[in-house]
Amino acid sequence: MTKLKNLVPDMQKRSWKSILLDWSIYIVLLILVLVIIYIDPKFLSLKNASAILSQASTRIILALGVSGIIVLGCTDLSLGRSVGMAAIFTASFLQDPSYGSRVFPNLPELPLIIPILGAIALCASFSLVHGFFVAKLKVAPFIASLGMQLVIYGLMSIYFDVVNDSAPIGVLNPKLSKLAQGAFHIGTIRIPYLVCYAVIAIVVIWFIWNKTVLGRNMFAIGGNSEAANVSGINIIRNMLIIYVIAGIMYGIGGALEVARTGSATNALGQSYELDAIASCVVGGVSMRGGVGSIGGVVTGVLLFQIISYGLVFAQVNPYLQYFVKGAIILLAVSVDTQKYIKKK
Amino acid sequence: MKGKTTEYLLQMKNIVKTFPGVRALDGVNLDVRPGSVHALMGENGAGKSTLMKCLFGIYNPDEGEIIFKGEKVRFLNPKQALDHGVSMVHQELNQVPETTVMENIWMGRMPKNGLIVDDAKMYQDTKEVFERLNLDIDPKEKIGRLSVSQRQMIEIAKAVSADAKIVVLDEPTSSLTEKEVDHLFRIINSLRDQGCGIVYISHKMEEILKISDDVTVMRDGQYVFSGSAKEMNTDQLITLIVGRELTNRFPEKKSRPSDEVLLKIEHLKGMYDPTVKDVTFQLRKGEILGIAGLMGSRRTETIETIFGIRTRADGTIEKDGKMVGNHNARESIDNGFALITEDRRQNGIFAGLDIEFNSTIANMKGYANKLGVINEKKMEEDTTWVIESMHVKTPSQKEKIGNLSGGNQQKVIMGRWLLIDSDIMMLDEPTRGIDVGAKYEIYQLVMDYAAKGKGVIFISSEMPELLGITDRIMVMSNGLVAGIVETKDTSQEDILRLSAKYL
Repeated sequence: MTKLKNLVPDMQKRSWKSILLDWSIYIVLLILVLVIIYIDPKFLSLKNASAILSQASTRIILALGVSGIIVLGCTDLSLGRSVGMAAIFTASFLQDPSYGSRVFPNLPELPLIIPILGAIALCASFSLVHGFFVAKLKVAPFIASLGMQLVIYGLMSIYFDVVNDSAPIGVLNPKLSKLAQGAFHIGTIRIPYLVCYAVIAIVVIWFIWNKTVLGRNMFAIGGNSEAANVSGINIIRNMLIIYVIAGIMYGIGGALEVARTGSATNALGQSYELDAIASCVVGGVSMRGGVGSIGGVVTGVLLFQIISYGLVFAQVNPYLQYFVKGAIILLAVSVDTQKYIKKK
Repeated sequence: MKGKTTEYLLQMKNIVKTFPGVRALDGVNLDVRPGSVHALMGENGAGKSTLMKCLFGIYNPDEGEIIFKGEKVRFLNPKQALDHGVSMVHQELNQVPETTVMENIWMGRMPKNGLIVDDAKMYQDTKEVFERLNLDIDPKEKIGRLSVSQRQMIEIAKAVSADAKIVVLDEPTSSLTEKEVDHLFRIINSLRDQGCGIVYISHKMEEILKISDDVTVMRDGQYVFSGSAKEMNTDQLITLIVGRELTNRFPEKKSRPSDEVLLKIEHLKGMYDPTVKDVTFQLRKGEILGIAGLMGSRRTETIETIFGIRTRADGTIEKDGKMVGNHNARESIDNGFALITEDRRQNGIFAGLDIEFNSTIANMKGYANKLGVINEKKMEEDTTWVIESMHVKTPSQKEKIGNLSGGNQQKVIMGRWLLIDSDIMMLDEPTRGIDVGAKYEIYQLVMDYAAKGKGVIFISSEMPELLGITDRIMVMSNGLVAGIVETKDTSQEDILRLSAKYL
């Protein structure tokens, strides 16, 4: 107790109010879920749970990618277009070999892994360039990502137009579709492969964040980049690696997304970044940088997905759905900001 | 209320403020007479700022009353306090760098012609205030272009312009040179002569005894003592503040520097102005070399250039007879250098992260295998070592460093650099804003470090500190070395004379 007495008072100042503030976003989301269940009690079903999980899986992968960038204190609006780029690239090289009007009719059937790795490499390279603008040239992250978003969209649309006259690229190799749509069963419970990929991604990114020097450096840079510099951290290199990891996740997400939906256009992925960033914020990753956890990101995506799916399921007016999502984002950011203000 | 005479201008009576788990203020009294300077003293965490926050309505006290000009008051926020003539000059200046001096002074209460800001009147009013305070600053200058001391004067001018009766100064001299301190004291004296009550928060004993009329001492949230400053001396004050006899403010020097040269700096010159122009010196093994100088003498720039976080244009760095590059912090750390920066908040602590993170972040190499995977057990052990050997007051390793007091934050940062196997430690104003007890511990750590045959470069603006713990003192002036003196043969006057050499 004598030890405690010497502490600055702010430390003990955790009233029920601040605890309530910490949990307010979850409380609101819980109430929303209860409202949805009230509107349509059938919402509570294994089938829905499985659907929500598969939909959430690619989103978790994407959110895990962008969350590192957010912890750095940056943001990435090019996520959605990167996903679209990966999807178009993957689709154009992995159509059903028996399909007559393929994008590349003379292309032999490729092993799945090659186009997918290609898509990942493509996204990673664009993220590397993106990271270079932010880390080395010190371009404001928001603007840099806005620029990258347009650059990627432009290039991918040209490709889309040249190779397939801007017609949707469909009739995919069934092996690719199986990759995303398949599942295995434990007893009667169906576990989609997608969920497994998401779990692997969660484990890998969790490990990077919590068990590696890179993870520590990421938090240091986001928390106080000047102090990180004095502590001997190579800020540019570490930031580039985090950006490249994000790009890899976008690439994986894009390939899985096209496999899940069965066809790709240059509109695929549009505004995915908003859901991903919003999920991170809902999950407590601070837009100010330096704060966040994998558990939070996953929780954020799941909650956001439950709400989105639930609103559709309960046949809520689509415009009202936008409104609700927007309100959730505003609330989440407000709560985050309140925490910061309290610290002063 | 008119015509009513009160002995005190401001009285805070029996103020109690509790936070869950801690009684931050436990019946504290503060009585400020009109036309007096009242020093408020106590170690960091003693409750001085909490008391002031109660005065300005940032906190709501649980018990007690505040009487201002004979009336019971309870301000809701600092703005309301200012409107009533109670103002505060914060240690950390809250100004808008891109706006002008006069806009900062009149912010929120600018004179207007209808809807339009009356710039001419604002300029004139600012001029008048500056004349009263004998300040030579252009009201149209951008705040960002002023020195820290000038910005501080602006804050005082703001208080004066609001016709403040009570002015609270929180550590006003922590970044000022002696000359600037004199100017500040003249301003304080003129405010006193105009009948203002000045509450003066500081850790510097000499200053307090020089400027104050009354003293109130707090310890651990308790009210300890109030009395006339004229009857006090430094030792009595220290005893009251720490609650124990501190017979000596500095640990006894037990080791002597060897003759072996550890670090040789020749013709060091920085790339981007303002920077060092030409610095040459040597540091011996086991030596504590102080660096003295006025603001703008480029002491910080010197060691930051040596550490590689400022670009070097010319000059050589030689350690143990070998040239070293030190082009960036990583390289310097690998070469055995450590730097504790001047501005803890800006480039020292990771405020939102815990003590373990803050202790170990510069030493990640020591915890990682080739793949960059870290050994958390070792990090935990090292953090325990930091907390125990530095006497950091904290409930756990997982506490955010931002929640600790300044002194404890500084100890964690020292621990961070002691965990690295360094040979040369460079400290930039390491005791600024830190209480007496913590200062002593930091001196002890520095001396122990040097006693192992390592070298220390110690920048300080506090003369007694430099004279108390260093072996030699390098005095800088305007980016150049004005002289290097043996500490035992020098005096405050010598150092001051050298400081002004190249001005």
